[in-house]
Amino acid sequence: MKILDIKDLSIEFKSKAGMVHAVQNVNLWLNEGEILGVAGESGCGKTTTTLAIPRLLPKNAVITGGEILFNGEDLAAKSEKEMEAIRWKDIAVVFQGAMNALNPLKTIGNQMMEPILLHEEGVSKAEAEARVKELLEQVGIAGHRFNNYPHEFSGGMKQRVMIAMALVCRPKIIIADEPVTALDVMIQAQILELLKKLTKEYKLSMIMISHDLSVLSELCDRMAIMYAGRVVEFGDAKDVFKNPKHEYTDKLIHSLPDISGDRVFTGGIPGYPPSLIEPPAHCPFYDRCERRDDSCLGDFNFTEITPGHWTGCIHHR
Amino acid sequence: MFKLKYIGKKFIQMLITLFAIITFNFFLFRILPGDPVKLLARSGALSQESLDRIHALFGLDQPLGIQYLIYLKNMITGKYGISITYRTDVGTIIAERMGNTVALLALATVLIIVIGIGTGVIAAMRRGSTTDKVLLVASMTGWSLPTFWTGLLMIVVFGVTLNVLPVSGILTPGAVYTSTGAMLIDYLRHLIMPTIALIIVDMAEFFLITRSTLVDVMTEDFILTAKGKGLSEKKILWRHALPNSMLPIVTTLALYVSLVIGGAIQVETVFSFPGMGQLMYDAVLKRDYPILEASFFLFATVTLVANFISDILYMLIDPRVKEL
Ligand SMILES: Nc1ncnc2c1ncn2[C@@H]1O[C@H](COP(=O)(O)OP(=O)(O)O)[C@@H](O)[C@H]1O
Ligand SMILES: [Mg+2]
Repeated sequence: MKILDIKDLSIEFKSKAGMVHAVQNVNLWLNEGEILGVAGESGCGKTTTTLAIPRLLPKNAVITGGEILFNGEDLAAKSEKEMEAIRWKDIAVVFQGAMNALNPLKTIGNQMMEPILLHEEGVSKAEAEARVKELLEQVGIAGHRFNNYPHEFSGGMKQRVMIAMALVCRPKIIIADEPVTALDVMIQAQILELLKKLTKEYKLSMIMISHDLSVLSELCDRMAIMYAGRVVEFGDAKDVFKNPKHEYTDKLIHSLPDISGDRVFTGGIPGYPPSLIEPPAHCPFYDRCERRDDSCLGDFNFTEITPGHWTGCIHHR
Repeated sequence: MFKLKYIGKKFIQMLITLFAIITFNFFLFRILPGDPVKLLARSGALSQESLDRIHALFGLDQPLGIQYLIYLKNMITGKYGISITYRTDVGTIIAERMGNTVALLALATVLIIVIGIGTGVIAAMRRGSTTDKVLLVASMTGWSLPTFWTGLLMIVVFGVTLNVLPVSGILTPGAVYTSTGAMLIDYLRHLIMPTIALIIVDMAEFFLITRSTLVDVMTEDFILTAKGKGLSEKKILWRHALPNSMLPIVTTLALYVSLVIGGAIQVETVFSFPGMGQLMYDAVLKRDYPILEASFFLFATVTLVANFISDILYMLIDPRVKEL
């Protein structure tokens, strides 16, 4: 059962240099109870695509086309007021760079209770507090730290707080945008483990963004690979990882993380992703692809080549 | 517990600074050129004997060290001595003037905070709009206008050309009031121009600081978190953005107190406004040490107390304040 279905979504940013086509005709969906991984190098549009779901894009972003179907309703067409009721109640986010995602002047307890008191009428402060403390314990933070301020926590602890906070309203979907990128390796593994456990326990559906493909292949049921504003491959996570159908996916799998966590290509592909201001209509990876030929210059065509496995590459293996 | 310790520490710091300022003032006025007794005895025909007696009357014949100790004692016990020009108790003179200045500053401060911060919030929330641009240009202009110049301009326009507002003093001379209300209205009418002249620069300053701080805060990650939680724009502003913008504003508030006192001296001089500023200005011209020392002491105290209060506010707002 699809809980979320993104159809032909396009998003542009207004910028001084012109419109930035950050997301182009993206198609993907999330099944109920599943984890969908979204991978791709920095700047390929992962955050833009996923933040469009709860409509949390910056002011200069415009959704220029497509639908975001959640329970059959198009979120892209909803008013700000309608979205306010959906945010956190149905769709919660663990933001990228969660280090500063907490208000430094308020206790974490207060911040965690805030969505409960906002969305759930008739829930008393005491009940909200009890729920928050229970969730804190579940992510491995003692309940008495309810009254502590963000600066009294380490990075990993703050990320745990963010995860617990995402759960306070029992949302249907959680979007986790690179939830472990800023953390050290030991803690990364713990946090990912925790996320996986909680998804099961709370029967959540989750979108997990990362540029670490190996992490995603272990954690996710389904996986989408993005490149220069497009989803170039989408399918069962293990399948995508083992039988990549797009040349870029293959390169991404065989790349190694560099010190900053960004990927470098071991093969050392020359060139850069195309400009997003005037993106090509054909496959965006064309310029850097070893297998390119003139047949690649037709319009980018995202098709299902085996059941449930989609790619935009016409030379798929 | 931490809070009490912090407040105590800040309080002691304030006392030490105050003591340093008193000492500095004492020596400053002794070093400044000009002998007040000579000024007082303008004719110059006074006999040396009379000059000596005047010196003795004001205690100026004592060695500097003794003068300093007497001075310290007097400051602490509230005895500011006899004014050299007015020949009456400095405390009494200041008390008369203080009321007017306090009225002026209180009115100015309320307006500056309400209008300056209020418009700053409005502009920040509608960044890039026409309202924002108009407010920005207006405040940049206001910020660069010298206070005495705005004062003089207003006197020319509203006082002389249009003749709608009184240009000097605090009550119309020789007026007979039918009621207290009528007197109050006259008083307020006299306050209008000095207040406006006084607040323009500071209001612009508060506008600019509020606007830029709030614009910065609105780009912080936790604001996106607040939006993600489903909070309306208004709730984001009140619960998250404004409290975080208060920190720089509170700091400005402390600075503001020392600035506004400087402004008051200019404004009171321009409008012949019978307040502390004018008193100080005259005292400087006439080298009236007792008045100057007393008013400097008072203003230093007010500024230090303002700083003390802002430190405490800062601590109350920001849980990260742990050290000095
Ligand atoms: N506020 C913005 N204004 C203009 N361009 C933006 C903005 N945010 C992101 N972009 C552009 O959109 C593209 C996608 O960004 P993003 O979704 O953040 O990528 P990712 O999350 O995959 O790293 C990038 O090229 C980026 O430069
Ligand atoms: Mg991102």
